[in-house]
Amino acid sequence: MRRLSPIGMVALAVVLAWALAALFAPLIAPYPPGRIVTRDSLADLSVAFPLGTDYLGRDMLSRVLYGARYTLGIALLSTALACLMGVTLGLTAAARGGWFDMTVSRVLDAMISVPSLLAALVVVSSLGSSIPVLIAAAAVIYTPGAYRLSRAVAVNINAMDFVAVARARGEGTLYLIRAEILPNMILPVLTDFGLRFVFVVLLLTGMSFLGLGIQPPNADWGTLVRENVEGLSFGAPAVIMPALAIATLTIAVNALIDSVAGGRVTDGR
Amino acid sequence: MNAAMLRLVALRLVLGLLTLLIVSALVFTATELLPGDVAEALLGQSATPTAVAGLRAALHLDQPAWWRYLLWLGGLLGGDPGISLVNRLPVAAQIGNRLPNSLKLASITACVTVPLALTLGITTAMWRGSRYDRIVGMGIIGIVSVPEFLIASLAVLVFAVKLRWLPALAFRSGPQDFWTMLRLLAMPVGTLALVGIGQMSRMTRAALVTVLESSYVEMARLKGAGPIRIVLVHALPNALGPIVNAVALSTSFLLGGVIIVETIFNYPGLAKLMVDAVSTRDLPLVQACAMLFCAAYLALVLIADVVAILANPRLRQR
Repeated sequence: MRRLSPIGMVALAVVLAWALAALFAPLIAPYPPGRIVTRDSLADLSVAFPLGTDYLGRDMLSRVLYGARYTLGIALLSTALACLMGVTLGLTAAARGGWFDMTVSRVLDAMISVPSLLAALVVVSSLGSSIPVLIAAAAVIYTPGAYRLSRAVAVNINAMDFVAVARARGEGTLYLIRAEILPNMILPVLTDFGLRFVFVVLLLTGMSFLGLGIQPPNADWGTLVRENVEGLSFGAPAVIMPALAIATLTIAVNALIDSVAGGRVTDGR
Repeated sequence: MNAAMLRLVALRLVLGLLTLLIVSALVFTATELLPGDVAEALLGQSATPTAVAGLRAALHLDQPAWWRYLLWLGGLLGGDPGISLVNRLPVAAQIGNRLPNSLKLASITACVTVPLALTLGITTAMWRGSRYDRIVGMGIIGIVSVPEFLIASLAVLVFAVKLRWLPALAFRSGPQDFWTMLRLLAMPVGTLALVGIGQMSRMTRAALVTVLESSYVEMARLKGAGPIRIVLVHALPNALGPIVNAVALSTSFLLGGVIIVETIFNYPGLAKLMVDAVSTRDLPLVQACAMLFCAAYLALVLIADVVAILANPRLRQR
């Protein structure tokens, strides 16, 4: 791994800052997120309320800090699940080949052709919107992408000489995956994890923005945008600030990946 | 068109239909995950057992799931996707009402997006590594990493609130002249175009760069062909397939954008209809909208595949 570029350093700092904000929200937030602290609703930026106040007169800074817990936590969990399922299926498909590979590839390819927000809407329409449903839906929606990548990488590594040598030594499939293939997949899988994390954040905040994601009184950054959206007609910061929070996180993660993996990030979902 | 091409096109068509079939099974299964009973949920807790049983029979809920899937699939193919659970109106009529609005939005967006995205993609690929390429690249990474509602909110903030050039709502009922319509649609189309240009131009750039780094382009350069000639005569004919594919695949991202944009601007299109149906949990309407969007997307990908096959010079003389 190379040294980070200056942009990469800034990006890493932003990502770490949000992670710390999420972890220590109760310690840094000036007010409890649910408490109405002023009569001045949808107020502008001020010393007392650095990010303004929301439609009920709650402190936006505290709400954004607490919102980071939902946005980061849920997205991290969904992404981890998606990558776990995708990598497991991808490795198995690459190692076993045959009908298993063909069936799984066909079905997951069909899943990719359903746009992600559409798929999430369909799931929520039947199961309702709760945090476990959202996590499961996002994980399943982004499994095919992780599968495609890990399968492709694993097939490549599988064809290398050192794997052939290990196989000739008489090692079993499980050993091959664990000792030979997996260690060589870590960088591409980590890069993919970051990309997928951004997609999951955008999907989940998008669902919340539509009112079909995290439900109040819980509030992620998408919910914060939605509940204050009426303030948009006079430019209240309560609408823009949580949206900017999402943007700083996603842009920073993308810039960080770009700087770690080198070159431009080209692939879609 | 020759036999080899015809065979490839036929294969693509079959694969596309197979994918659509799998997608329909996925959509149906996803909406069947609901534990409990739609009939009970609809009628509420005070419903009599006979009423529930009657509704169950009317909705075919007393039949096994695979049979309901076939009934539903048959209905979709025959143009009758059922009746709304919420307002008892035929789903087909509700979709028919909204379809023209969505097509209008889609076609205007396409007219703006595709030429701009192709220009950006081709020029950044031609001058890759230049300062122009890097600046455009950073802008594009910024746009595709940002939620659509941020772009839309900023647009409203700047053009409707601060500058007062444009109205904040996209829809007004009643007759309107062409200019009013353009002013009303400017922000929704602008937001969608930005999202689309971001995805499309970077996929176009990637496709063209692969071709520009191949050995026959190197050869053309060594023979002394100028950069414009290399791109137009040597690279573009070979990159046409991947570029058309890139354009079709980016509509997947655009669809997410349409859902957000129709909601934020209160535009009465299909995506808004679907979002409303999800919040009232009107399953037949959700299923039909989802299938319509997926079918449209798969059709675009299929057309792109066929164009790519037809445009592939290596398949031309055989």
